[in-house]
Amino acid sequence: MFLINCPFCGERDQSEFSSGGEAHIVRPKQPTELSDDEWAEYLFMRKNIKGIQFERWNHVHGCRKWFNIVRDTSNDKILSVYKMGEKPPVNYK
Amino acid sequence: MKNKYSVFSLIKNALSQHENWQQAWGNPEPKKEYEAIIVGGGGHGLATAYYLAKKHNLKNIAVLEKGWIGGGNTGRNTTIIRSNYLWDASAGLYDHALKLWENLSQELNYNVMFSQRGVMNLAHNLQDVRDLKRRTHANRLNGIDAVWLNTEEVKKFCPIINTSPDIRYPVLGGTLQRRAGTARHDAVAWGYARGASEMGVDIIQNCEVKGIKRNGDRVEGLETTKGFIKTNKIGVVAAGHSSVIANMAGLKLPLESKPLQALVSEPVKPIIDTVVMSNAVHAYVSQSDKGELVIGAGTDSYVSYTQRGSHNIVEETLKAILELYPIFSRMKMLRQWGGIVDICPDASPIISKTNIKGLYFNCGWGTGGFKATPGSGDLFAHTIANDEPHKLNAAFNLNRFVSGDLVDEHGAAAVAH
Repeated sequence: MFLINCPFCGERDQSEFSSGGEAHIVRPKQPTELSDDEWAEYLFMRKNIKGIQFERWNHVHGCRKWFNIVRDTSNDKILSVYKMGEKPPVNYK
Repeated sequence: MKNKYSVFSLIKNALSQHENWQQAWGNPEPKKEYEAIIVGGGGHGLATAYYLAKKHNLKNIAVLEKGWIGGGNTGRNTTIIRSNYLWDASAGLYDHALKLWENLSQELNYNVMFSQRGVMNLAHNLQDVRDLKRRTHANRLNGIDAVWLNTEEVKKFCPIINTSPDIRYPVLGGTLQRRAGTARHDAVAWGYARGASEMGVDIIQNCEVKGIKRNGDRVEGLETTKGFIKTNKIGVVAAGHSSVIANMAGLKLPLESKPLQALVSEPVKPIIDTVVMSNAVHAYVSQSDKGELVIGAGTDSYVSYTQRGSHNIVEETLKAILELYPIFSRMKMLRQWGGIVDICPDASPIISKTNIKGLYFNCGWGTGGFKATPGSGDLFAHTIANDEPHKLNAAFNLNRFVSGDLVDEHGAAAVAH
C-alpha cells in the first residue's frame, strides 16, 4: 500500500493504479525474424528485481494514462516518476 | 528411527513433565563440501532433502535456510490441499502429491494433521459453471474424484453459504473433491526436517546464499554468510526469491514475485467443516483446529518483496466473504500477513534442470505450492539425483517457455492458485 505521484493528476492511492510490470522491454522491430529463444526472452523472462526496479503503471481509475516509475521492491519506496518516452533517470541502476 | 514418537514415548515423557524430549533436528555448522545442497528450508526444500536421502541414497547433503525453517511461505499459506486440476500434466503432479499426503503422518512418524474434509469450488456465473463442469469430467478421466453440486447441494454441504439468487455473485453450483482438505503447515516442515536430519542431512539455518560459483557451464559451490561451501549439485527451492538466486548464476526466469495475503479471525466454535473456494470473488475460507477462520485473499498486481500487501486486496476479499457468509459479519480478524509468491506466466510450476550443469530449480508454484509439498520434493529429488526429470514433472521444464508447450492452468481453467 503506497501513494503514487501520477505525473498528470498528482498524488493518489495506489489502488487507483494498475501495474504494467517491468519497463523498457522493447517490442521486437522484426517479429518474423525472431528465434524461439528471443521470443521467450521478450514474452516471458523478467528481471524480477529485489531492489530498484523500473516499471510501467497505468492510472486506470483516473486519467488512464501510462507512465514509468522507479521503485525499490524491497520496501515499496518510489524513487522517481517519469513520463512514457522519457529516458529513465540515470542516477538509478 | 532413533526416537520414534508413539503413545509409549508420550506417556514416558509425560511422567518427566515433558522436559526430556530430544531435539527433533540438529543444528550443525556447514561442512566444507556436500554432494548436493538445497537452497531454501521450506516444506519443498526439506522434502527434497528427505527424499534425496531416503530414495536416492545421497547422505552428504545440506539444506541452507536464510531464516528459520518453515518461516517463509510454508508458515504463511492457508494450508489447502487438493488435486482437481484441469490438464493431464497438472493432474498427474498434484495427485501424486495428494497420494503422498494420505500416508505422510505414518511415513514421517509425525502428525501433520492431514484432514480430508473436502474442498468445494463455487461457480458464480455461466462460464464458471461450464469451466467447472468441464474440469469435473477432466478430473474423473484422470482418476481424480470430483463431483458437481447444484445450488441446493452446495447449501446442504455447507449450510452457512448464502445461496440467495439476488446477491451480486449468486452461487450457481460448485465442484467438490472429497479427498482434498487441509494439513498443519508447520508440522510438514518440522516432520520433513526431523526425518531428513535423522538420515544425516545437515539443516543449516540463518545461512543466506550470497553467490553461486561457476566454472564455465557447471556449478562449483555457494558463497554464503557462513563461508564458501563446495558442491556440484545445487537445488534451488527459494519461492519468492528464486529470481534473486537465479540472477547470481546469470540466469533469468519467467517469474514475477508478488505479495499474497491471508488472515485469520478470532477462534470460534466449529461452524464450517470443509474448505470453500471461490475464484470469481477471490475468497477462500476454512476453519483451523483452533477454531480460527482461515481466509485467503488475492495477490497484488505489482512486484514486491515486502511480505505485506495492500489493504484494498483484503477489503475486497472480506466484502466477498461477508456476502457469501453473512453469519461472519461480526467476526473480528486477529492477524493479517503476506508472503511473496513467484508466479509463472502459465501459473504452473517449474521443476527443472537448467542450462548450467548441476543447477536445478524448483519454483513458480505461485499461490498454490503448499498442496504439492510431498510430490514436489519427491520429483525434484528424482530430477537432482538422476539429472533427468521424472515423467510426472517432465512437462514442468524451463524450456516450455521457449517451445511454447505451456501448462496453462491460469487462463484455461480459471483455477485458483
